[in-house]
Amino acid sequence: MFTEAIEDILKDQCTPAMVRAIEAGGSCESLWHPLEANGFLELLASEAHGGAQLPLGDLFPILCTFGRYAMPVPAAQTIAARALLPSHAIPVGMITLAAAFRREAGGIIICPLTPYGMVADFVLARDGDVLLLLPGARARRQATGVHLSQTATLIWSNENGATPIPGVGAALPAFAAAVYAALISGAMTRVFEMTLEHCNDRVQFGKSLGKFQAVQHQLSVMAEHTAASSIAAEHAFHTDRAVPSLLAAAMAKSRTSEAAALVAAIAHALHGAIGVTEEYDLQLLTRRLHEWRVAHGSEAHWNLLIGQEVLASDMSLVDFVCAV
Amino acid sequence: MSNLLSAFRLAALPVETNEFRAEVRTFLERNLEAAPPDIRARSWMGFNPAFSKKLAARGWVGATIPSQYGGANLDAFSRFVLVEELLAAGAPVSAHWIADRQSGPLILKFGTEAQRRFYLPRICAAEAFFCIGMSEPNTGSDLAGVGTRATRCEGGWRLNGSKIWTTNAHHCHYMIALVRSSGEPKDRQTGLSQFIVDLSLPGVSVRPIRDLAGDAHFSAVFFHDVLLSDDALVGAEGSGWAQVNAELAFERSGPERVLSSIVLLEYWITCLRRGSQAAAHAATIGRFATHLTALRNMSIAVTARLAKGESPVVEAALIKDIGTEFEQTIPAVIEAAIAMNPDDPVDPDLYRTVAYVSRIAPTYSLRGGTREILRGMVARGLGLR
Repeated sequence: MFTEAIEDILKDQCTPAMVRAIEAGGSCESLWHPLEANGFLELLASEAHGGAQLPLGDLFPILCTFGRYAMPVPAAQTIAARALLPSHAIPVGMITLAAAFRREAGGIIICPLTPYGMVADFVLARDGDVLLLLPGARARRQATGVHLSQTATLIWSNENGATPIPGVGAALPAFAAAVYAALISGAMTRVFEMTLEHCNDRVQFGKSLGKFQAVQHQLSVMAEHTAASSIAAEHAFHTDRAVPSLLAAAMAKSRTSEAAALVAAIAHALHGAIGVTEEYDLQLLTRRLHEWRVAHGSEAHWNLLIGQEVLASDMSLVDFVCAV
Repeated sequence: MSNLLSAFRLAALPVETNEFRAEVRTFLERNLEAAPPDIRARSWMGFNPAFSKKLAARGWVGATIPSQYGGANLDAFSRFVLVEELLAAGAPVSAHWIADRQSGPLILKFGTEAQRRFYLPRICAAEAFFCIGMSEPNTGSDLAGVGTRATRCEGGWRLNGSKIWTTNAHHCHYMIALVRSSGEPKDRQTGLSQFIVDLSLPGVSVRPIRDLAGDAHFSAVFFHDVLLSDDALVGAEGSGWAQVNAELAFERSGPERVLSSIVLLEYWITCLRRGSQAAAHAATIGRFATHLTALRNMSIAVTARLAKGESPVVEAALIKDIGTEFEQTIPAVIEAAIAMNPDDPVDPDLYRTVAYVSRIAPTYSLRGGTREILRGMVARGLGLR
């Protein structure tokens, strides 16, 4: 129900042209406003607080939809952040999640390579056990220099205007990993569909590309990894609790991140040169696949954590996997 | 098109299976004899009729066969759990494996009542072991080209031809053979039928074929004027191709397409836990755990479809292709790992186990449909063929 309603908004307001416009520094308002005004940022909030009290399992397809549309605003992140914050601390505006956080001499705070850091009104960061809500307006936003990227390093000269919420810091990495896994899964599914369409339409040697066995096999491999990623991402949301479990989220982010590179590579290989042009929409998604793979820990990061857990336990691997 | 991808939505094993899993585990603790990992790594190639009989005595051979025929009448989810536990333990299940997974369900679905009453109780008692006669010397992936022929004769059929790469034929009592019963090889899928061939009949000869690991897990089988009675035909004459395909979803989507290297992987983890190299390989273990979790969930998703009576053949092909890739990666990675530093001692059991699995692993993507065939099936499912 919510998924369809949100997709209706995205169809109108998150067109490829709008994604390009926002990436170029244009206003986010016509996309952000309907999401906010219709209460879609409060899907996880309790009914007592005016929210929809949506179970995480029902949030999953919505986040995938954001991924499919190459969202140029941090809607998924804002939904997660609002669920992590106590109601009195929830600000109005776009909140992104900090992928990293560090303090430097003189009270300086840095959130390096923060996805959506160029546009977000607030950044929610993990400072040990504490969640720190930082105002974007007071930060110096340092662009990465990557063409059209919305990722930025944010630097605060002091803690003025920041809101600390103690005791819940550990929830952020798990939630962020699950959110980005869902975004990757959604984007990957769309990339797969676009590639399949292209292979059906494009004719060479007198037949469509999709009739060539070598191409068929590449598409099959793409489908396999897209399916594996989707189920891994969904698994992180398969919980009655308010926050995904760290282990399931870790596996979700690892599996999707690993597949992101492969799926993007096959998509571009099968699209030929048109796929890397600015005017063709594939790049809106494949750029994000790479950016999201790198955000909040790649598979290299999460595999290490998962492997350490396995090795530290005395369970068989099959038991360990059954218990995730 | 995207229907194929949307098929892989998370499904959970019903909670009742937890209790069943505990029962299976208790059984294995009591009845599975200790064996070194390179033997347990034979997994569903490990032939041990005594173990199959113990499992049958517990009621778990013929897992999905109704109880009126002596079966366990388990649902698809419980069978998933049973298979998962057997394979994780490295139990030698090969003797009854094919009958349990394919031949029994095939006879139940397409056989006559008389055939059911004769074969199914024997299967469930682990007294009748089956093999599947598919490939021939000139017919591998191109299965529709089978040339073995059953010709009508007085009182039944006369069978001539040969089968090859038949798993366990030299140990089995019966073969369900796909053969041509009418027309010519150019008729392809038309005119093929399935027959139950009693391998003790005159005119049948079986020659085991030794493999590169020193085992003889498959055979060549020759039929020279073998007389089959009328009731050897399973299902309708000429429906062999459709009948074979009806079982593929069961054959290709189970835990056995994900867990073929699990004994090796578990043993490597055991070695890492007691050695000094754990930190160096933690990320690799994490990657395997991640892939295994996703594959298992894909397999459960297809099991849920089977439980509803559907036949998700393309989804099963997809799982088998990516599952066997995972199974084959395990020995490749562990081989590299044990030789990362030539001065480090290597556990002798680990050395033997990785050697066995790395040598036999190429068969994982040959048996039950090659990688190339499966990718073609997925492509067809995507509307490309």
